[in-house]
Amino acid sequence: MSVEPMKVIIAKPGLDGHDRGAKVVARALVEAGMEVVYLGLRQTPESIVNAALEEDADVIGLSILSGAHMTHFRRVKELMDKNGLGDRLLTGGGIIPTKDQEKLKELGIEKVFGPGDDIQAIVDYIRTWHRSRST
Amino acid sequence: MKRPVVKTADKRNWEKKYCSPDLRNADFSSISGRPLEPLYTREDLSGFDVDTELGYPGEYPYTRGIHPSMYRGKLWTMRQFAGMGTPQQSNERYKFLLAKGQTGLSVAFDNPTLYGWDSDHALSAGEVGKTGVAVDSTADMERLFREIPLDQVSTSMTINAPAAWIFAMFLANAEKQNVSFDMLRGTLQNDILKEYIAQKEWIFPPEPHLRLITDLMAFCADHVPQWNTISISGYHIREAGSTAAQELAFTLADGFAYVEHALRAGLEIDDFAPRLSFFFNSHLDFFEEIAKLRAARRIWARHMKEKYKAKDPRSWLCRFHVQTAGCSLTAQQPKINIIRTALEALAGVLGGCQSLHTNSMDEALALPSEKAVEIALRTQQVIAFESGVANVIDPLGGSYFIEKLTCELEEEAERYFQKIDELGGVVKAIEQGFFQREITRAAYEYQMALSRKKKILVGVNEFINEDEHLEIPILEIDESVERDQIRRLQELRQKRDNQAVRSRLDALKKAAAGTENLIPRLLDCARVYATLGEISAALINVFGEYQEQPFY
Repeated sequence: MSVEPMKVIIAKPGLDGHDRGAKVVARALVEAGMEVVYLGLRQTPESIVNAALEEDADVIGLSILSGAHMTHFRRVKELMDKNGLGDRLLTGGGIIPTKDQEKLKELGIEKVFGPGDDIQAIVDYIRTWHRSRST
Repeated sequence: MKRPVVKTADKRNWEKKYCSPDLRNADFSSISGRPLEPLYTREDLSGFDVDTELGYPGEYPYTRGIHPSMYRGKLWTMRQFAGMGTPQQSNERYKFLLAKGQTGLSVAFDNPTLYGWDSDHALSAGEVGKTGVAVDSTADMERLFREIPLDQVSTSMTINAPAAWIFAMFLANAEKQNVSFDMLRGTLQNDILKEYIAQKEWIFPPEPHLRLITDLMAFCADHVPQWNTISISGYHIREAGSTAAQELAFTLADGFAYVEHALRAGLEIDDFAPRLSFFFNSHLDFFEEIAKLRAARRIWARHMKEKYKAKDPRSWLCRFHVQTAGCSLTAQQPKINIIRTALEALAGVLGGCQSLHTNSMDEALALPSEKAVEIALRTQQVIAFESGVANVIDPLGGSYFIEKLTCELEEEAERYFQKIDELGGVVKAIEQGFFQREITRAAYEYQMALSRKKKILVGVNEFINEDEHLEIPILEIDESVERDQIRRLQELRQKRDNQAVRSRLDALKKAAAGTENLIPRLLDCARVYATLGEISAALINVFGEYQEQPFY
């Protein structure tokens, strides 16, 4: 079964400049046939959710390696819910300890990726989510 | 120059035998994707002139090392990059490291500080003290170095965009400790070009940043003569995903750009060039890394002497710090990171580094715990005192493979220099996204090689432990750090002489709009406890802010 192409926002909230992962993932998602909007560095939760609204994005992926992931994921999720984007996928990656991954799950962020995760696993996760949503 | 490989009948005969047995189904290229011969012989070095390309340690072109006696004279400085939480917490970590036998300090600042923002800036929320120490003013600098004698310990500070005013705070604290500026030894990273290329922590557009760097070089030449005014860094370029050759070429190209900027500002090459220093990554590919470090010395010496006409031999020296590759560490089976780091550290030593940081096993997970840092430091001590590698200078010199690889890396770097020139220089190439695209492409190719198992990472895409449980303790930064830091900052704003702060910030703005050296003005601001963010704001008012086009 074929599904509609997806639109993914990739953004780096907060202050760290480590954009290697974000860029590699952006590129891999493009190769996998998704439409990707990379917002770049130093985004605020507000700017990210505004972009998602403007672009009517299906997925928001945050990349955070600064340790500030709890602050930013929580705020982005709140703003998504408030702006009618509660049915879109919020995911991301970075240096996120297992304990915090559990807390993110409680906020409704089911899965985030970390160092060493296969890039194909990210593509598959997004595709699977999209299929389950289309059916 | 490209050296021809003339094969003898002997090598051709051997090659026939080599090809006949079945080879392992494996990728034999370097981690940077460099194709490698199965064997290197004298044929690979035809045209290689030992006298002009190798020479002796401490002699031009310094391929074999910058000192005649190298590690027999002085071992490398064991310098662990550290900083977290509040200045008091970091001060305790420094004292711990010094007590364990570390020989120099290296300060890691938190993200708000790296951007020149105060801890109570709106965008600092959640970031204060997380990946380094928060420093908002000279008062924090005083807490950071309490009971640490600045005239006896050399101090490296990893700070770039606001480097000049962080340094001003460091100097103001030295005055408080009654240490005269000419006794201070240390290094300021202060390398803004690699920020635009890789690390991405800038404030202004390139030109005002370059002016501040040149101002600092001039100020230190007169007042802080033992200070390394810049540490031109390939580390972050490599961490962002570049190849070894890109790291080498982009870093040295940045170095040439700083030299050219200072020359245009009217400085004499031999007045500032001896205080330029470098910072390279040491990644997993053992021989390629050693060759890269040897090539760096030869290229820098040749350009400084022949192109920029430096006369003082100290201006020809590529002195460098090495840090093992953070990006090579894995969150899976983190204890194996100790072994990766040991190999990388060994490559740094065989490459002739002046100082070395070894990463801790837990750094793919969090900031390092005290236990993990101790093992990392002990790794250096085993290399220095047990392995015997420090007994003989440049022990791999003369190896067909190492010399060939050193020449190849030099040739690749020269090709990049030419390309950068064609694009109009480093700043123009940054604006066109040249470096960013080259690095992203290399990072993507490496990630794909891992994904396809063309390259193997133990514990990540092969030899995986299913049901792995984390068995090492993880350092956590308490949320109270941010509250404490903000409270102290607000108290400071209450009790300092605010009229003096205002008048000195105004004087700074006026000076920034003109052409005078800004370091004395920054020092004036630091002396009266103007905050980091206030100084940044004053300068942004004159210089403006930089926006990057996001490339991927």
